[in-house]
Amino acid sequence: MSVDATTVRRIAHLARIAVSDDEVAPLQGELNAILAFVEQLSEVDVSGVEPMTSVTPMAMKKRTDVVTDGGHARDIVFNAPETEDHYFLVPKVVE
Amino acid sequence: MTAAVNPKKLIKGGLHDWEVVIGMEIHAQVTSRSKLFSGASTEFGGEPNDHVSLVDAAMPGMLPVINEECVAQAVRTGLGLKAQINHRSVFDRKNYFYPDLPQGYQISQFKDPIVGEGEVLVDLPEGETITVGIERLHLEQDAGKSLHDQNPTQSFVDLNRSGVALMEIVSRPDLRSSEEARAYVTKLRTILRYLGTCDGDMEKGSLRADVNVSVRKPGDPLGTRCEIKNVNSIRFIGQAIEVEARRQIAIIEDGGTISQETRLFDPGKGETRSMRSKEEAHDYRYFPDPDLLPLEFDQAYVDALAEGLPELPDAKKARFIESYGLSPYDAGVLIAERSSADYFEAVAKGRDGKAAANWVINELFGRLNKEGHSIETSPVSADQLGAIVDLIGEGVISGKIAKDLFEIVWSEGGDPRQVVEARGMKQVTDTGAIEAAVDEIIAKNPDKVQQAKEKPTLLGWFVGQTMKATGGKANPAAVNALLKAKLGIE
Repeated sequence: MSVDATTVRRIAHLARIAVSDDEVAPLQGELNAILAFVEQLSEVDVSGVEPMTSVTPMAMKKRTDVVTDGGHARDIVFNAPETEDHYFLVPKVVE
Repeated sequence: MTAAVNPKKLIKGGLHDWEVVIGMEIHAQVTSRSKLFSGASTEFGGEPNDHVSLVDAAMPGMLPVINEECVAQAVRTGLGLKAQINHRSVFDRKNYFYPDLPQGYQISQFKDPIVGEGEVLVDLPEGETITVGIERLHLEQDAGKSLHDQNPTQSFVDLNRSGVALMEIVSRPDLRSSEEARAYVTKLRTILRYLGTCDGDMEKGSLRADVNVSVRKPGDPLGTRCEIKNVNSIRFIGQAIEVEARRQIAIIEDGGTISQETRLFDPGKGETRSMRSKEEAHDYRYFPDPDLLPLEFDQAYVDALAEGLPELPDAKKARFIESYGLSPYDAGVLIAERSSADYFEAVAKGRDGKAAANWVINELFGRLNKEGHSIETSPVSADQLGAIVDLIGEGVISGKIAKDLFEIVWSEGGDPRQVVEARGMKQVTDTGAIEAAVDEIIAKNPDKVQQAKEKPTLLGWFVGQTMKATGGKANPAAVNALLKAKLGIE
């Protein structure tokens, strides 16, 4: 598996990462190197093996249904570049 | 589905008839106090970003911990849909970029949902019942809310809804008309409300539908579908399907083809339009969320939840028909809301079920609708209505007087028995008193008595006069019998 320049640009766009034209070729090389490295895993026959989700067998932790959080709108928006009345302000996005 | 095509459901095009095929994805907000993966409140409204934890705002290092009640609610819903419950399900990340999704991905379930195939029985107004297949139900997070009209260059983002648990309920493309689609959503909403797993409040966005619509000539393979996003009322769902089906038919009959896309319904303009901006975002790059272990439980857990389920609408309807002798239609009306069904049962208990149903549906519901009341705020309690039904049954008051009594109880309250006593509304069954009134009328109207011999329908006039003379309290059967005898009418 390998990626071409178009795919590199598309992945960057989907993640909203700005990639300049002269960065595309090096990134393509790096991504393909990573993919080739990971590709070695496909040499192992894993048919019939359950995907491992945890190193030690454990059950998912659960919370009881009680309200324990909230009420700190000021902190929530504190790091935002722009806010008003505790709303986040972002460049206009309209359908 | 391979059911025979019902010609009445086809849409007439310019060239020939078309069958519309509809499948739906319903997003139902799970009834819970706190969010799916955080301890922030799910309460509707609230000051901007007040019901937000650092998890919901996707602050670095925050980890999701699942709310066990949301899991239970999803299982209950699955049981209510007679669906397969999966003892192991997996949460995935659905990646897309939008300002009201701070994580940059929605935690959802893609490959292994918590609930698999099930079905919903849907009664149509003409008495037909269809079975709509459920493909799956999965748990996922809601996104935040963007306001676009506050400022000319910026959007305002409020994350209060961010992370609230949703159940996405996906139907098979088993629906064949806008009417079927509306009936399906109505039924699904009723089931959810019975289960108490979603309040079904569409105005507050607790239930939203994505509607997949395609058209085909009857017997043809499925056509290309368009998805109409986020329709938030049952009426709009019907309208959106009608306009979208006709749009597609017009294109195909003009020699064009339908391109698969996401569209929005504009109720004001009565049209659907393309949401091109979202097209390229459809590469969601799902992968298992490494922050969450698989969700696992055993059959004992499912059984315990099944044990606690209330009687569901279909069972209740069957029981109402069976034990109260109601028509399927009346039973259907009464079970649409659990509170109505409970009210009816309180009235019907130990009484004539049909009479109780008549009074609840015709008098009470009619009046509640007119005055904008719900059954919960009904001025007439089930006990009071039950007493009115008793008074008719015992022959103490006539049906006509009962309506007056209902009015009094509605506007002034009180114990119906005492009202009848205090206001002298009792039906006169004393033949002597009725006879006196009848004799007087006959004596005063010799000409009419003469005419009645040739024209027996005049009896009605005499009945009316007698009822008037007795203030409407005379027993109508007794009046009829007496008049017939005295006028010599068979």
